[in-house]
Amino acid sequence: MIINDPEKDQEIQANVRTVPGIITQRGCTYAGCRGVVLGPTRDILQIVHGPIGCSFYAWLTRRNQSAPAEGEGNFIPYSFSTDMQDENIVFGGEVKLKEAMREAFEMFSPKAIAIFSTCPVGLIGDDVHAVAREMKEELGINCFGFSCEGYRGVSQSAGHHIANNQIFKHVLGTDNPTRKGKFQVNLLGEYNIGGDAFEIERLFEEAGITLISSFSGNSTVESMAYAHIADLNMVMCHRSINYIAEMMEVKYGIPWIKVNFVGAKSAAKSLKKIAEYFGDAELTAKVDAIVEREMAKSEAVREAVKAKVEGKVAMMFVGGSRAHHYQDLFEELGIHVVSAGYEFAHRDDYEGRKVIPDIKIDADTRNIEELEVEKTEDAELWREDLVAKKAALEETGYTFADYEGMMPQMKKNSLVIDDINHWETEKLIEFYKPDVFCAGIKEKYVVQKFGIPLKQLHNYDAGGPYTCFEGAINFYYEMQRMLDTKIWKLVDAPWKSEPEIVGSMTIEA
Amino acid sequence: MLLRHTTDKVKERNALTVNPAKTCQPVGAMYAALGVHGCLPHSHGSQGCCSYHRTALTRHYKEPVMASTSSFTEGASVFGGQANLMTAIDNIFKIYEPEIVAVHSTCLSETIGDDLGQIVSKAYTDGKVPEGKHIIQAATPSYVGSHVTGYANMLEAFVKYFPEKTDEKKRQVNLLSGWVEPSDMRELKRIAGQMKVKSVLLPDTSDVLDTPMTGSYSMYPKGGTTVAEMVSMGDSMSTIAMGEWATKKAAIALDNKCKVPFEQIDIPVGLRATDRFIQALSKAGKVSVPEEVTAERGRLVDLITDMHQYLYGKRVAVYGDPDNILPLIEFLIDMDMKPVYIVSGTPGKAFSKKAEALLSERVPEAKFKNGPQADMFLMHQWIKEEGVDLIIGNTYGKYIARDEQTPFVRMGFPILDRQGHNYFPTVGYMGGIRIVEKILDAIMDKIDATCDEVKVELQM
Repeated sequence: MIINDPEKDQEIQANVRTVPGIITQRGCTYAGCRGVVLGPTRDILQIVHGPIGCSFYAWLTRRNQSAPAEGEGNFIPYSFSTDMQDENIVFGGEVKLKEAMREAFEMFSPKAIAIFSTCPVGLIGDDVHAVAREMKEELGINCFGFSCEGYRGVSQSAGHHIANNQIFKHVLGTDNPTRKGKFQVNLLGEYNIGGDAFEIERLFEEAGITLISSFSGNSTVESMAYAHIADLNMVMCHRSINYIAEMMEVKYGIPWIKVNFVGAKSAAKSLKKIAEYFGDAELTAKVDAIVEREMAKSEAVREAVKAKVEGKVAMMFVGGSRAHHYQDLFEELGIHVVSAGYEFAHRDDYEGRKVIPDIKIDADTRNIEELEVEKTEDAELWREDLVAKKAALEETGYTFADYEGMMPQMKKNSLVIDDINHWETEKLIEFYKPDVFCAGIKEKYVVQKFGIPLKQLHNYDAGGPYTCFEGAINFYYEMQRMLDTKIWKLVDAPWKSEPEIVGSMTIEA
Repeated sequence: MLLRHTTDKVKERNALTVNPAKTCQPVGAMYAALGVHGCLPHSHGSQGCCSYHRTALTRHYKEPVMASTSSFTEGASVFGGQANLMTAIDNIFKIYEPEIVAVHSTCLSETIGDDLGQIVSKAYTDGKVPEGKHIIQAATPSYVGSHVTGYANMLEAFVKYFPEKTDEKKRQVNLLSGWVEPSDMRELKRIAGQMKVKSVLLPDTSDVLDTPMTGSYSMYPKGGTTVAEMVSMGDSMSTIAMGEWATKKAAIALDNKCKVPFEQIDIPVGLRATDRFIQALSKAGKVSVPEEVTAERGRLVDLITDMHQYLYGKRVAVYGDPDNILPLIEFLIDMDMKPVYIVSGTPGKAFSKKAEALLSERVPEAKFKNGPQADMFLMHQWIKEEGVDLIIGNTYGKYIARDEQTPFVRMGFPILDRQGHNYFPTVGYMGGIRIVEKILDAIMDKIDATCDEVKVELQM
């Protein structure tokens, strides 16, 4: 826990183990890998190797919207599992896994099959990677596995890293189409919760920016295979996806920038930053026109809502970037964020990437594979043009590969708390009496029982989208709804504060 | 189409489960433990298990669901989870101050061979359990059975630990409830009260997972079976166990431990299962059935006879847990509906026998399956072969219902997208009325929305 001072370099403890017995928000590595990163990819058949629960809980539970074309593969509404039984634990589950893959191939004809390992798999020694290699040969489609057992790492974060690694190893660069547009980009770390990615895609399309692939909202494994033809990578959720951005730069020379489409001003800034990167007059004019038009719309709503909610107090404990990104929207409404923190982020997400060299690598991080990536030997794939572009732009003060973290943006004396637990939540509510609390489903009804509305920033309470300008408008109205309601004033029955009439009309039993 | 890859070509599968009609043991253990007053469920495994189970329960009940976890890391998985559980026990009693910690295992801790019994007894001998507080434990490996098995195992653990037999018999009846809603638990108590039978209900999630908004939060709400009540169960006259899959183990354990005889019945869903519950209460409490109970029954039969034309012959697909869907199937047949497709992921040979006995005469064409590969994908394939008029099951059925344009009634766990299940019961005669109401609403809404304009009826 840190009392923030944006003037100083403060060190926060993050990405460390949760103490056993503590009621934590955190989930597991499997959740980060299967649920977060791969969950939104629709055309890859995802078999969960393990007892039934893990596949069941990741089944349609993250609101990743996806828009498949007619006839295209879409396995998102399906849950596939080997449903391991005790005999599989005792005698090994590889045979059953292979059989399940054959059955899946025969019935569903997928382009690719991914295998996700759950806790027992690693413990009994099933080699999902060997099975994947063998089945790739046998079925003639791409098959690969993830060693994302729930006990690895200290939170979901390890699962993000494992997912990045395997996508990079087994998918990225396996297809080489010709160029698809003049300004080709990838969007990384945007998961299309509630249609967030659709908002971004719509504006890109209007501006003439070609979205090659997304990691992984509304995505296909087909597009991930040729994501290396992009001219720029944009990183939205730094925590979950910076690994692929980094590796693509090393291997292909594609630079990456940090973007944020949450908050109208941030969206405008991010769009302009893309235009600036390409340095094309027509693109710049289009982006400027879009920003001007959309800002006019969102500003009108913002001002109307701000008048009603300004000065309210919020706090947010969620995710690995959302607790930062959403501060922009609250700032736009004049709502004070007095305390914030992440659930599974690392020090760099708080303090900025400048601290990465100083982060101590502990045992829990060490057992997550760090890929050794080298520059591609294929001269046609190496983007010397982009390397030169990057160097030139850097001269002008344009920043690449940087994320300054949450803390510099937060006010002095605000509280920054990593991996908040239930006890701390209760104390904070008592102390600050916030007007709105942002977290996830496990906290939602606890906080609301205190009489404080909670906005879920993982799944948006079935709301959204909240990205770009339309999304900002949605969020402004959502805050108006939540902060304007009088229902919380009706919690107490009138007879709690008024004397009860002592009855003489009661019927004697 | 949402489920665009589902076809009518049913192929035998031996390894792949698609769209399961079950989940894993620990969530059931967690739910059962929430029905005990002052109890904090504890998940001995990695954080994800606890997080997923709390999430699933929270989304279903729209209520706080608290549980702690041993937060296994790779080290704990290699060296065993004893140190994690000991630390957890220390922290839980210090910080969260529960009366009882109900520890359940996971596939992780079971695979590495952690012995919960041994660890918990060490916690007692090491003085980690404060005076007057309790830890109970249940082995709930996710690779055996289903969420129902986990519920049964946790219920058995409570019954093995708390009830005591003294020399003084109590004029009360134990009610062991299968997995039903808080509203149903409340209704079971109301019915026992109507019957003037003093009862102890275990577990009891009413006033735990349907708590009122008061402006303050209590980690241990007022509901739940208390320690004193559980202790007293050893002196009860008898036990009525509702739902074989969820309660039989516990009923037997209580009989073995305290010589309290039990009667195993179904969960009282629908007309005749409720009849059996009333008769069991009457027998156990040595009371006659009061007129008001008979009147409630009469109202249910009245509704069915009034609306019979909309129910007769309607083909229904049902999926869910054996304890809940077997009496539901019986009820559907009693209303002259045809439950033609039935799946349950929960294993148990008794299911087929019971289903066969219920269906063979009135719905000989019915297809039913439980256990491995008895999943919603199979049921959907059957529906593709020949359609149904109604689907009954948890929220996941909405994808099938939309694709097939079929009326859909939500029953079971989890219900993630509609409200009312934790407020309005589906057990007992009044619960039966609610089931009929929901079925009629679904069927009639479709008629109203899709029939030719000239055929729209004002009165139905």
